[in-house]
Amino acid sequence: MKDLDPPELLQVKFGEDAIARQTTPDGIATVWVRAAKIKEVFQYLKSEIAKPFLFLYDITAIDERPRKRENGYPSDQFTVVYHLYSFGRNNFLRIKVALKEDNFSVASISNLWMNANWYEREVFDMFGIRFEGHPNLRRILMPMTWQGHPLRKEHPARATELGPFRLYEEMEDTEQSALQFKPEEWGLQTQSEDSDFMFLNIGPQHPGTHGVLRIILQLDGEDIVDAVPDIGFHHRGAEKMAERQSWHTYIPYTDRVDYLGGVNNNLAYLLAVEKLAGIQVPPRAQVIRVMLCEFFRIASHLVWYGTFAQDVGQLSPVFYMFTDREKIFDVVEAICGGRMHPNWFRIGGVAQDLPNGWENLVKYFIDYFPSKLREYDKMVMQNAIFKARTKGIGIFTQQEAIEWGATGANLRATGLAWDVRKQMPYSGYDNFHFEVPIGHHGDCFDRAAVRVEEMRQSLHIIEQCFRNMPAGPYKADHPQATPPVKKHTMKDIETLITHFLNVSWGPVISPGEVMSITEATKGANSYYAISDGNTSPYRMRIRTPSFAHMQMISYISRGYTVADLLSILGAMDYVLADIDR
Amino acid sequence: MNETINPWLIIAGILGGALTIAPGLIWLERRLLALWQDRYGPNRAGPFGVLVVLADTIKLFFKEDWIPPFADKLVFVIAPAIVAITVLMSFVIIPIAPGFIVADFNIGILFFLAMSSMGAYSIILGGWASNNKYALLGSMRGAAQLISYEVFMGLSLMGVVLLTGSFRVEDIVNAQKDMWFVVPQFVGFVTFLIAGIAETHRLPFDIPEAESELIAGFHSEYSGMKFGLFFVGEYLGIMLISSLVTCLFFGGWLGPDFLPPVVWFLIKMFAFIFLFILLRASLPRPRYDQLMEFGWKILLPITLLNLMITAGIILYRSGAELNIIF
Repeated sequence: MKDLDPPELLQVKFGEDAIARQTTPDGIATVWVRAAKIKEVFQYLKSEIAKPFLFLYDITAIDERPRKRENGYPSDQFTVVYHLYSFGRNNFLRIKVALKEDNFSVASISNLWMNANWYEREVFDMFGIRFEGHPNLRRILMPMTWQGHPLRKEHPARATELGPFRLYEEMEDTEQSALQFKPEEWGLQTQSEDSDFMFLNIGPQHPGTHGVLRIILQLDGEDIVDAVPDIGFHHRGAEKMAERQSWHTYIPYTDRVDYLGGVNNNLAYLLAVEKLAGIQVPPRAQVIRVMLCEFFRIASHLVWYGTFAQDVGQLSPVFYMFTDREKIFDVVEAICGGRMHPNWFRIGGVAQDLPNGWENLVKYFIDYFPSKLREYDKMVMQNAIFKARTKGIGIFTQQEAIEWGATGANLRATGLAWDVRKQMPYSGYDNFHFEVPIGHHGDCFDRAAVRVEEMRQSLHIIEQCFRNMPAGPYKADHPQATPPVKKHTMKDIETLITHFLNVSWGPVISPGEVMSITEATKGANSYYAISDGNTSPYRMRIRTPSFAHMQMISYISRGYTVADLLSILGAMDYVLADIDR
Repeated sequence: MNETINPWLIIAGILGGALTIAPGLIWLERRLLALWQDRYGPNRAGPFGVLVVLADTIKLFFKEDWIPPFADKLVFVIAPAIVAITVLMSFVIIPIAPGFIVADFNIGILFFLAMSSMGAYSIILGGWASNNKYALLGSMRGAAQLISYEVFMGLSLMGVVLLTGSFRVEDIVNAQKDMWFVVPQFVGFVTFLIAGIAETHRLPFDIPEAESELIAGFHSEYSGMKFGLFFVGEYLGIMLISSLVTCLFFGGWLGPDFLPPVVWFLIKMFAFIFLFILLRASLPRPRYDQLMEFGWKILLPITLLNLMITAGIILYRSGAELNIIF
């Protein structure tokens, strides 16, 4: 008997009428499931089939009401979209649930997957869709006092649509009292049998949180009984912005999602758009992209390395590492003109060809950096106090990591060599030789060790780019590549018109939906782009690694002390903009 | 050297010297850290940026002297004064040069230990009076740390006292004419230095402050000159420990004749101040319980062992007959 693919398995199990298939340009198997069946389906997929879907990758929703739909599209109100991943199959499965007009609610799967909790809260916050059985369904990114649900199409996208803002005194009071932490709301006890707990509010302004993050600790002495992360202070509505921007002008916004990752964000977004438009990126552009991505991976890891050392009290490394990061920015600046937000990749390629003399800059860095890494090994990784602060701290197992949706170095530190660049190569990563470093204990030290080794591997990839940079065009010769190629523009009217439209309105991307999966600096980063054949995305979902990692904090910091929390936060390597988007 | 120096001049000299060098250390530390961290550091105000000290002081004086409404006002005000007073009082037992000492106690070292124990109150009271959770955590940590490290701070000095047979610091310095005590009392020196760093709560022992965890720890709520007193108190503490190490283990003012005794003393003292700053530049911060473990389980037994061995050797050398009856 031949192996059935997941949709067929579902059809066999739940009957043809409960399960409908949809084809999408990204080739991810997509099925529609009746809302009533949803819990059974997930239970089945997670624990009853061979090569199960253990990893809940993402939950999001789509407001379908004003969408230009194809005939027979099963949803006309809201659609909840789940992405599952199976390690055994090395494949994703997309499950969609159409919600009916009278009842915007669906069963919660937060008891099946730990990480469903925050994703469902986000969908509730953004769309007002209720998840029945969720333990604490409340806003997560928007303030508690917010009116409306921002990602609904009727919600205004610009401040100017709302009228002038004034912070009256009463309003200030209500806003502030909404931020009051009430332990009962989180089911936290204020005292145990033999002691009263102290609630310590860390953040939103705190030197150890690296950004506007608030964590409320329930403390027994200095021991953490529980921790409640409060996010959303950095929320800018990157997903909502996409719905107003053209496909081209959205690129700079992606730079700012993981602001340390630079072009890695561009790439994740563009892979989705290029797949929708069917653009083949020429080899030279691919290698340029890979090279810059790896430069940014090192830059991001250097920031993490230095600040992590600082979190455990070591003052100096951060200065050395920022100096080295400047050396990377020298290269980035020469190639892109920008530094942290280079906004360099374009639909179909990159903005310009590499400048003359780029080889010298890259060569210099390749020669310079390895000795520095050895020095930092001695300074930080081999320091006895550093080891005492990080070894055996914040441990999670491989199973827990998957359960909570951890990716990137945090997952690899548990011993699973899962790197998107190897598993589902994109942008020609399969042509490069590099190792995927793994850890064994899943503690803070292993997470650090994995990242340090990743820098060496990234340098190795850069070296391969440097030695084997192919010749050829830096942008695809495709009508939807931006900015449009101008070669024939002045010679015939047809291309002039196309050029004019593509510059002024931006390219029209054909309808469909695509999810890209990339290995960003902090883990698996995805853009789930939905087009209804317009000049701007209909819906853009950004799945970021930091969001999933931050959700773990409360689970993995229990039983440790306040000082350990800083090690755990530091080793996690998150960026607030990446969490809140 | 000279019995006729007016004691008021000595007091003025030491007080003035200490209160000038301590703020100067702020500049020195920032410059040295910058040097070791590949940066410039303060280099704008005055030559090499030394006037940054003046700017800092003026700024601290002109800041609003704010007492949080939820604080215990009296204790809140007293706490920073305690640290400055106790550290300054400790300086009275330190001989800068022969005869150049404020109060030539025959219990000099005991006086210093008493004063440093009193200093712990400033952290505890300051943190408690602030009525702030971070400050409370900081002061709890500080109290635990200071109490545990004081135990063997005293013990680590007893070897030196045994060798000299006196608590007077001047006697101890004079006893080092032939050999600095750092040689026979190397263990004592190391443990005293570690305890001294813990006493001044400098990195890697800065867990009462632990800026990445507790923001500013016990002095989170302090601003203006009250914060300034904590700040200067810390640098006075560095000076104090450095000068004590100099006197007790490195022969104080003793040195070849081509430089006056005061200069030898200052050279040695500054060498240890540099060491303090270098430690801050290079080491991470252990966790609070690790620090406690290190103190009680490693340093205390070592100190006790050192004391016993020293006592045993002295007894053996003195030719006393060991008539131990079991």
